[in-house]
Amino acid sequence: MPDHCRSKNGLASLAYVPGTHVFSEILQTWMAGTSPAMTDTKIRDEELLADVICRLIGNARHIAVGAASPIPATAALLARERADLHNAARPYVSLLGSRAHTFFTDGSRELFDCAGQGRIDVFFLSGGQIDGEGNINLVSVGDYERPKARFPGSFGSAYLYYVVPRVILFRVEHSRRTLVPKVDFISAPGGSDDNVVRPGGPVALVTNRCLFAFDRVQRRFRLVSVHPGHSVEEVDENTGFAFDRPAQVPLTPAPSAETLRLMRTTVAPMLAEVYPEFARRVFGYVVPTAAMNG
Amino acid sequence: MARFLPLLAATKPEYLGPMARIIRSLDEALAPITDGCMLAVPRETSGVAMAATRALVRRGVKHLHLIALPTSTVQADLLIGAGCVDMLETSAVSLSEFGPAPRFTAAILAGEIKMRDATCPALHAQFQAAEKGVPFMPLRGLIGSDLMTHRPDWKVVDNPFGNNDPIVLLPALKPDVALFHAPLADRDGNVYIGTQRELVTMAHAAQRTIVTVEEIHDADLLRDPLFAAGTLPGFYVETIVLEQRGAWPLPLPDRYGIDAVHMSEYARLAATPEGFAQYLDRYVYEKRAA
Repeated sequence: MPDHCRSKNGLASLAYVPGTHVFSEILQTWMAGTSPAMTDTKIRDEELLADVICRLIGNARHIAVGAASPIPATAALLARERADLHNAARPYVSLLGSRAHTFFTDGSRELFDCAGQGRIDVFFLSGGQIDGEGNINLVSVGDYERPKARFPGSFGSAYLYYVVPRVILFRVEHSRRTLVPKVDFISAPGGSDDNVVRPGGPVALVTNRCLFAFDRVQRRFRLVSVHPGHSVEEVDENTGFAFDRPAQVPLTPAPSAETLRLMRTTVAPMLAEVYPEFARRVFGYVVPTAAMNG
Repeated sequence: MARFLPLLAATKPEYLGPMARIIRSLDEALAPITDGCMLAVPRETSGVAMAATRALVRRGVKHLHLIALPTSTVQADLLIGAGCVDMLETSAVSLSEFGPAPRFTAAILAGEIKMRDATCPALHAQFQAAEKGVPFMPLRGLIGSDLMTHRPDWKVVDNPFGNNDPIVLLPALKPDVALFHAPLADRDGNVYIGTQRELVTMAHAAQRTIVTVEEIHDADLLRDPLFAAGTLPGFYVETIVLEQRGAWPLPLPDRYGIDAVHMSEYARLAATPEGFAQYLDRYVYEKRAA
């Protein structure tokens, strides 16, 4: 049986928490996954972020990863490997552009149809700009007709943001350029009017400096933790939108030794199918020539 | 029965019915892709006809309305950089992990091409509408996105089966030509596409379909049930050309991966107009075996 079809405990139950409880769910998931910091090896930013995202994923039956998302892809594959290791229900992982790590047989539309059926629990989106209401911009800066900068385009965001219950936003560059008061173009809005059918939306935002949770009722971000080597002041200085925060902001825990080992030895070769450059740069994994041509 | 045939022929005199032909000349096969053609191409990992794309650039095709279902990488960038495209309709163009698509970005910033920004499932739905012969398809999402502001052809209606339930309708897209690369075709023009089902939808939706393939398969693909489920019948295919490594430098599922070294070189050269011209000289105008 192919790797991605195997499930250790049969079909996992779908753990969907409605929007209003998402924030507490994140915190619970967060605290449950923490482990002693590992100091003997240098931890790369990408490894820390993948671990953060992996813990945000929590329980899921089906995790899908879109285009140009190597860090979420690392996190999704890591979630599956960790489930295996701990004899937990193995999530299905669908990596867009992969042959080995997907079960889709209906072409590239199946991802969207599957999401429309409510069968994708977790997805990841980014933005050239992201604002404090969770609006994302994947199109352009300035006037749309005469843009100052142009990004690749909206991909599937204008649909998946609405229909996938837990969308994790990730944007490595945390600056006033990327985290803005108001996006110049809304590829997909953080929230919708009450009469718009919308089972999905953002639950968190992960950057190179910190983790935010998103409150769908208030339509606001709340600072959850700051990554090692960064500070709350620095987050304030580099964030273009207002956000809530606890009195004491905890430090993001470092990945465990086990997590680092899984990422570096097991996940890296899997990633290389879709993200050869990333696998090489971050994990030093070079794809064997025969595999590329085979 | 025979007396009705001239009548049918008279109704549509230009239409002889799709009859897949395997021909030798790539240029001859691409002849239906004329200036101003509405051309549909698949996403970067589904089987992109890159050898054919280079041939189109060499021929100097102009004014294309290029539709990438649902995204594109080097194919759209190359065609745009070479001045072949007037309008681009797609959900995203980048070089994926090799960075932004430089010629696409430059063309948008300079206002040299018209852009119809879409979202992936919208394009899939629009092709599916054409495939079913219906005028539109509904889709969730989209409401509140600025995509709607710039797409007057996308409309919000109230769900006739619901109660205060706004939903978006998208018009059918019927391209003039669909062009892609696949692993196998047999002598009857049936094309094995595997699990890349959007290629079937593209061919169903398009007026004509042109396919380049890695190999000609000697047996009938439709007689073998294992192949048949992943086969586009020759009925929908106009022309097939044998073009080994025809997707290079992009991957072909189950056959070969992306040429990362070449993609890095493209990203580097295409960053400037001068570098892009060098790239064209080196890899496009000088026909080069991959």
